[in-house]
Amino acid sequence: MIEGVTLFQIMSLTTIVFFIGVYGFLTRTNLIAMLMSLELMVNAEAINFVAINKYLSPAVLQGQIFSLFIVALAAAETALALAIILHLYRLTQNIDVKEVKTLKH
Amino acid sequence: MEQYIFYILSAIIIVFALLSVTTTKLYRATMYLLFVLVAVSGIYFLLKYNFMAAVQLSVYAGGIMILLVYAVMLTDNIGQPIRSIPRNWKILPAIITVATAVFAIYAIYNFNVGLAINGNSEATTVEQVGEKLLSYSDTGFVLPFEVISILLLAAMIGAIVIAKAKKLVNQENI
Repeated sequence: MIEGVTLFQIMSLTTIVFFIGVYGFLTRTNLIAMLMSLELMVNAEAINFVAINKYLSPAVLQGQIFSLFIVALAAAETALALAIILHLYRLTQNIDVKEVKTLKH
Repeated sequence: MEQYIFYILSAIIIVFALLSVTTTKLYRATMYLLFVLVAVSGIYFLLKYNFMAAVQLSVYAGGIMILLVYAVMLTDNIGQPIRSIPRNWKILPAIITVATAVFAIYAIYNFNVGLAINGNSEATTVEQVGEKLLSYSDTGFVLPFEVISILLLAAMIGAIVIAKAKKLVNQENI
């Protein structure tokens, strides 16, 4: 727990960050920029897991361990997505979602 | 004291997250995202979960950021503004996200199960995390741990296979 900070404040912060990520995901059309918005959302959720675990049931570690798995999944996802984006760029010289239509190998 | 550090970190996170999704230069957006990730690791330090903060710094601010920077430099003209939807159309996602965020915060505020708890708890040590990750008991996490190792290996091989460059035509003759 953070001294003097309530869970409501932490969850408000993560909600705001999550919806900033949603806004970026909706407005960007560049694939890498969309991926970065996704990272914002994943980060907000990981903070939520840790904070709720710390505040509501500090005796168990489930939420804290789960946030570690979230980071591992995000790393795997980012590596794969960037590989796909680089391959796409090599094929079409373009990573704009409005114009890219192919994913041929 | 910790309270004010939390507020400063929150301000950094929100401001740089906003800049990251609204700036028109992709490389700058990446750098703003780096500030957000480092500030998030500060939040983990404040929550006394030092191992997660270290993981956040090394995996996110270290690994993923380098991947993103490489991808940006390989695919994008640094000086060129990035494409997004037309300016007039941005008002609609803005309204939708602000409305949903306000609704979500309102819902959280009314869901009054211990959300006003305020106090101090002990730190999570690396020993506790390690024991949980490799424990076979009911609350242990050895199976997800193994599954995620396989997943990381599969993702690594998949990324190599997908991103592998085709052989250049001229190299065959040399």
